[in-house]
Amino acid sequence: MIKLNKLSKSFGDHQVIDGVDLEIPDGQSLAVIGPSGCGKSTLLKLLIRLEEPTGGSVSVNGQDIVRLDEEGLISLRQKVGFVFQYGALFDSLSVFENVAFALREHAKLPERQIARIVGEKLKLVELEGTEKLMPEALSGGMQKRVGIARALAFDPTIILYDEPTTGLDPITSVTIENLMVKLARELKVTSVLVTHVMQTVRRVANRVVMINEAKLIELGSPAEAARSTVPIVKKFITGGID
Amino acid sequence: MPYRKVTENVGDQTILLVEGLGRVVMLAQETIRGIMAGKARFKLTLEQMVKIGYESIPLALVASGFVGMVFAMQIATEFVRFGAGKYVGGVMAIAMARELGPALVGIVIAARVSAAIAAELGTMQVTEQIDALKALGSNPVRYLVIPRFIASALMLPLLTVGAIVTGFTGGYFVAVLVGHINPVEYLETARSLLKLWDIFGGLIKTFCFGMVIAVVACYKGLNAAGGAKGVGEATTSSVVTSLLSLFALNYFLSLAFFK
Repeated sequence: MIKLNKLSKSFGDHQVIDGVDLEIPDGQSLAVIGPSGCGKSTLLKLLIRLEEPTGGSVSVNGQDIVRLDEEGLISLRQKVGFVFQYGALFDSLSVFENVAFALREHAKLPERQIARIVGEKLKLVELEGTEKLMPEALSGGMQKRVGIARALAFDPTIILYDEPTTGLDPITSVTIENLMVKLARELKVTSVLVTHVMQTVRRVANRVVMINEAKLIELGSPAEAARSTVPIVKKFITGGID
Repeated sequence: MPYRKVTENVGDQTILLVEGLGRVVMLAQETIRGIMAGKARFKLTLEQMVKIGYESIPLALVASGFVGMVFAMQIATEFVRFGAGKYVGGVMAIAMARELGPALVGIVIAARVSAAIAAELGTMQVTEQIDALKALGSNPVRYLVIPRFIASALMLPLLTVGAIVTGFTGGYFVAVLVGHINPVEYLETARSLLKLWDIFGGLIKTFCFGMVIAVVACYKGLNAAGGAKGVGEATTSSVVTSLLSLFALNYFLSLAFFK
């Protein structure tokens, strides 16, 4: 379970997250929606301390991550996969080396076993045969899928997705959404996805929250969110069209 | 009031400068602590040694060769006029070992390598690759900074040895062929005037330059923000800061070693 308690984050005078309380039970797929620049990605990064909170606490599986030392943080990050908005693949490494990165860094497995795991993860994202390619040879959608394979290398129990389908064509978006649903169903991972693409929310999430003016608004299921009468939520979901 | 604005501006800039300096020192501390704790990665360090050292050889040697030649041409003309032509070799050797070799290699590396490191790490920063590194449980200082720090600190002295030899040899040919200096006297005065400490002192200086250049470049790269423009600014700032630090450090180290 992920639990946020009065979590706050500010950059200088700009308050991005203000006293947010949130509980995400195991196995849930939570979508965090909100307008661009509202602090959705910052919230996601706070969950594995890629950003340091300015107040409050974050607990993952009962562990207060704000108090973790470096070794504890490394151990936490092995249990949590993070899929970045643009893939954030290491551009000096091949697809294989990207997916194998965490395994080589932390698992000390024989190279043959690493190759087997990398093959499995690439098969899961339907990118077999791309091992030797460099990231610049991949399309945006393929880069995101390699990013997902990389995030899955350590079989995490939690996956954080930052704008997983933003900027992709409809077919690639559906491919990635199907993959996210498959991971949630088959691997029972807890997912937190940050997005402003409502189709992705409807297809992947079973709970929705919105960030507006640094505060969190609980919206319930995607169907309940669609029926919301809160003006800002309604405007966001319908795109301002009644 | 304009006076107040200027004062505020100077104050703000001074605070930023001191803050930046503090952060560079903290990065250096973390890097050295990591090395002491045995966190250096051999393969990554070797890769950086090739990039920083081996690939800089042509530039460092060509630059030092030409500077040695032009320096020999200038001093040979003047020394012969005052009847001190035989000391050209000795002065060349001391100048190359103490100042010209170390300074030239420092400048060449500050320009070439500092820009490359800042641009590479800056691009990684703005494309979230540094965050990805952390998210995958790796420490960017151990993975990126330590290998560059060690490679830069070790390769600069080696390049300097090459620069001293090339500069002195270039100077020899110009002094002998253009300045008509006796070749035996050139080599003999170099042998008698040049002390071992002149060479060691110069190499210690470049060891320090290497550490400073790597830390400054890594700091600038890791703190780049704002897309391509931010990477460009980080790269420029890295070269300028490295060069200014190098000139100041060179003065104080020369004062300490050779005065």
